[in-house]
Amino acid sequence: MRKSTAWNLHMLAGLCLVILLGIHMITTHLDLILGWFNPAGGEAINWRNVVGRGMHLSWMLFYICFLGIALYHGLYGLRSILFELTLTRGAEKVVTAVLVTFGIALFIMGAAAAVVFQSQAMGA
Amino acid sequence: MLQLKRHPNKLGIGGWLLKGRWGYERYLYILHRITGLGILTYFLLHIFVTSSRVLGMKTWEAVMGVLHHPVFMLGEYAVYAAFIFHALNGIRLILIEYGFAVGKAEEPVYPYRSSVNVQRPLGVGVMVLAVILALVGAARFFMLNGG
Repeated sequence: MRKSTAWNLHMLAGLCLVILLGIHMITTHLDLILGWFNPAGGEAINWRNVVGRGMHLSWMLFYICFLGIALYHGLYGLRSILFELTLTRGAEKVVTAVLVTFGIALFIMGAAAAVVFQSQAMGA
Repeated sequence: MLQLKRHPNKLGIGGWLLKGRWGYERYLYILHRITGLGILTYFLLHIFVTSSRVLGMKTWEAVMGVLHHPVFMLGEYAVYAAFIFHALNGIRLILIEYGFAVGKAEEPVYPYRSSVNVQRPLGVGVMVLAVILALVGAARFFMLNGG
């Protein structure tokens, strides 16, 4: 991928995160003020609210998109900061490979948790 | 293919923070980096914490019980405030990256107004909005009592 494309995607991911993380923040941290997306009422982290959200396909897809976009934005940002330390070309390749591998592993773990939990919540 | 000359960063991380007399936007840049790294650290841990929901209600409630400790509450509020700042400042940076809110290019003939001064109201407005939203969040974190 060209550097300019990756940088533009980083900014686009940031804009998407304003919306996705904004929804997440409103759901979990303004729960007692707004009460949005919390079917059982009270705190967002109450188990019944977690199950209530987790059983919907739309929330599962929301979490998976959120996870992927946030990992890309965050790890690309970290890579940019590390590159500013003027690493050698070899070190840059190692940093990129480590961050890509780490990001893919976390994405698989988090996405699997969302999929498994949705099937568990549907059966509950 | 054109190869840019590589200039070694002799100052290292200290150069981001300690070298020079910076303007207002430079401090926003430093804060943007710090909040970005803080949010990323929290987010990576958050993936593990929230994935624990697949282990069932007891595990979830045990984990959430730990996170109700005042130290974690304070940390969560710091992440919330960092997100508010990082998101609003990020929108400002994207607008400037694409040439919005920096004014039209003009000949630098004295007296002229630099684009730094043209873009400053946006930076100030963004910070005012960030403080308002951070205060709204503070009401939730520290004044309302969750059941």
